[in-house]
Amino acid sequence: MRQGEVVLETRGLSMHFGGVRAVDRVDFALYENELRCLIGPNGAGKSTFFKCLTGQLRPTAGSVVIRDIHVTEREPFEVAALGVGIKTQVPNVFEGLAVEENIWLSARRWHVPARARSLTAETLERLRLGDIRTSPVGRLAHGQRQWVELGMVVAAEPWLVLLDEPAAGMTHEETVRTAELIREINRTATLIVVEHDMQFIRMISHLVTVFHEGRILMEDTMEAISADSRAREVYLGHRA
Amino acid sequence: MTLARDVRGMLAVAAVGVLFMLVAPSVLELFTIINLTTAIALAVLALSLALIWGYGGILCFGQNAFFGIGAYAYTIAAINFGGSSWAILVAILVAVAFAVIIGYVMFYGRVSDVYLAVITLTVSLILYSLIRRTSGPDYKIGKSLLGGFNGITSPPINLPWDSSFVLFPEHVFYVAMGGLILAYLFTSWLTRTHFGRVCVSIRENELRAELLGYDVRFYKLAIFAVGAGIAGLAGVLFCNGVGRVTPDVFNLYTSALTIIWVIVGGRGTLIGPILGAFGLFYLTSALGTQSTVNNNLVLGIILVVFVLGVPKGVIPTVADWIAARRSRRALRVRERRMRMRRTRGGSGAGVGAGRGSPDGTGAAARASE
Ligand SMILES: Nc1ncnc2c1ncn2[C@@H]1O[C@H](COP(=O)(O)OP(=O)(O)OP(=O)(O)O)[C@@H](O)[C@H]1O
Ligand SMILES: [Mg+2]
Repeated sequence: MRQGEVVLETRGLSMHFGGVRAVDRVDFALYENELRCLIGPNGAGKSTFFKCLTGQLRPTAGSVVIRDIHVTEREPFEVAALGVGIKTQVPNVFEGLAVEENIWLSARRWHVPARARSLTAETLERLRLGDIRTSPVGRLAHGQRQWVELGMVVAAEPWLVLLDEPAAGMTHEETVRTAELIREINRTATLIVVEHDMQFIRMISHLVTVFHEGRILMEDTMEAISADSRAREVYLGHRA
Repeated sequence: MTLARDVRGMLAVAAVGVLFMLVAPSVLELFTIINLTTAIALAVLALSLALIWGYGGILCFGQNAFFGIGAYAYTIAAINFGGSSWAILVAILVAVAFAVIIGYVMFYGRVSDVYLAVITLTVSLILYSLIRRTSGPDYKIGKSLLGGFNGITSPPINLPWDSSFVLFPEHVFYVAMGGLILAYLFTSWLTRTHFGRVCVSIRENELRAELLGYDVRFYKLAIFAVGAGIAGLAGVLFCNGVGRVTPDVFNLYTSALTIIWVIVGGRGTLIGPILGAFGLFYLTSALGTQSTVNNNLVLGIILVVFVLGVPKGVIPTVADWIAARRSRRALRVRERRMRMRRTRGGSGAGVGAGRGSPDGTGAAARASE
């Protein structure tokens, strides 16, 4: 699994909010074509970690390097321009716009009109959003909104994809479909997926990083983590 | 399909405008036409705010700053140049340049929406008090005195190729109406371009637009500058309609009025605020001729009624209502067809269709909400 080049690396990455150390001196490395899962209890700092990676937050200390480029001080749109797609924990979509326009706005950012149109059509089909393509996203059910956001990420054809709880609030079937989709994305892209659902993680991932109180507790396969007493303790109350 | 209907609507509006432009001078009195010119200028101002607030999501409380700058720049330039054509261009460019400067500070400094409203309003009020203090012979730009609170007499527009041929008020009406129609077509087109859709997406969700790779600051600045240019054009038309420019273009009343036109007419449409400006212009001039009720009180009441009762504004509310009716009618047609099929078809198919119909009803009702 650990082969090829490191495409994303953080060194001593810290994000403090007043006294809260949401992310605390994290050294993290992601290899090309990996599908990494990030788990950890509520408030472990997973989302904050993602925000630091994508320029949404300026880290208090440390650095983020994506493909040899220092992005620590960059704006989110500049990080996106490197080919990084992110799905946020709380869905960020264009509520008042139709599903297809949401997707089109993503595809059109990087492509000429004709290609953007065909890419939009492809993405709608791939995510099975064809039937609702003219509905405003604000009227959709939660699971569908998640997929619209996923569609926006996919339509940009990123090579690095960060997904923050992509299956949250989904039915079992939707979750299975999302897992399929993530594996499909992984054929052409490197991914980090934050999830709480252990079943889901078993479906998709090999290597899992456990966050706890802003730090990396351990990094191993799901089997090893399930067997580990520290990890179980941290996750007490969660399905493991 | 929907886009085609959209474009047809835009062209229909423009056609009505052209028709009005051609017919009005021959059926209306000169006094009415002169008055209309002023109303048209204000409608262009409303359009500029409709663009940047309704589509760009930028609540600029001092949109009239660019309007006033346009009027002053035109007047001063026309006096100095001895002609109007370059003065119009100068007026628009000065308004745009001013917007780029304050817009750069606000958008690249990531000022929040509330502060943006406050800053733009403050800018307008500062201009108001500055320009009011410019009475006397010391305050002049080139050949033009600034005139303090009395303002400056604005030279009327002349033919582009002959600066000695000055347009009569009825001709200025054509210019104003032409300006409004062109500005409307331009903004309608702009809101359909990739640029325009990105601006709308920023209005919907700034973070998402940024994460898709759009430089939000740049788009906001750009649409803000375009809006300022249109407001500058409105200023040019306004001082031509009134015949002079005074510091009142910068006052709080004008700031508030511009916002009210957009709220009443409806955000997210272009025609709404245009009609809002016309409607309230005639309402306030009708109220101006009597003295039983206070003008500002009526405007205040209108604002409150709309904010509480018709928050989307007139045009979007009417459009929703028509859409709801249309989908109800489509539903009835579908149900009738279904019933006919049921009576004609066999019992097995009939049960299937009957079961299908409540589902269809639910979905359509939801869609029409
Ligand atoms: N903007 C902020 N200001 C102050 N504190 C914050 C901010 N954002 C996050 N935090 C704090 O940082 C810690 C980590 O939060 P974060 O959202 O990254 O956790 P998480 O691992 O994503 O949790 P969850 O699984 O619930 O999504 C929490 O204690 C949270 O309260
Ligand atoms: Mg989180």
